[in-house]
Amino acid sequence: MPFQIVLNIIIAIMWMFLSETYTFTAFVVGYILGIFLLFIMRRFINRPFYITKVWKVLLLLLLFIRELIVSSIDIIKFVYKKDLDNRPGIFALPLEVKSDWEITILANLISLTPGTLSLAVSDDHETLYIHAMDIPDIESSITDIKESFEKAIMEVTR
Amino acid sequence: MSGTWINLFLDILIIFFLLSGTFFVLSGSIGVVRFKNVYLRLHAATKSSTLGVAGLMLGAFLFMINEHGIVSGKLLLGIIFVLITAPVSAHMIGRAAYKSGVPLSPEAVRDDYSKTFKD
Repeated sequence: MPFQIVLNIIIAIMWMFLSETYTFTAFVVGYILGIFLLFIMRRFINRPFYITKVWKVLLLLLLFIRELIVSSIDIIKFVYKKDLDNRPGIFALPLEVKSDWEITILANLISLTPGTLSLAVSDDHETLYIHAMDIPDIESSITDIKESFEKAIMEVTR
Repeated sequence: MSGTWINLFLDILIIFFLLSGTFFVLSGSIGVVRFKNVYLRLHAATKSSTLGVAGLMLGAFLFMINEHGIVSGKLLLGIIFVLITAPVSAHMIGRAAYKSGVPLSPEAVRDDYSKTFKD
């Protein structure tokens, strides 16, 4: 993947020299041309085409933003509620992802999902402790949320 | 004059972003005041204010482009940094609070984390 990016940047710089315009716009045009060329030549490079990975990163980012908006609206409903009768608590969530990077992203994502806040990672990197605003409400949905997040993260990192 | 319609649309978009951003920040602060303990307050402080600040910055970004023709990269970077750092700081504050012995609110139903402390 780094090799493909370097190749792409070289194509972009060559495009700048060929068109003799040394501006950022020319670089972007060259980069897009480079993506197109690499797409045509993708069979000669025996690695997966790197734009698919970029696309997956973008999908993860979209997921992140969507969850942020949903959870903000959720918390605002709580803020303007008349009586705060929620039942908070901390629960443990077994982790499937292993590396530090993946755990960090997952913890951040979970912090931004409705009603949950990642509180701590156990020392052996096996469980994530999550503080929930309303335990009975969260418990049913959290496993689905976690699985979809973990799947999206693993598609990017592996 | 086709440009005026685009300008009007952009103005409405900017107003929308700024108003929703302020609303989210305001609600987050009300939540910080209203909720009962550290953990619940962190919920209010991270989520809605993150989105609020992001909305305000996006509004300012669009305004700079529309009004002055300046593409302000600083504002976009600000959004990214707030998005990255807010959950991390919430995580750290929550963990520090737990480790220094702040109790959960009285109506808490479950506490799995306490099992890991065996001293």
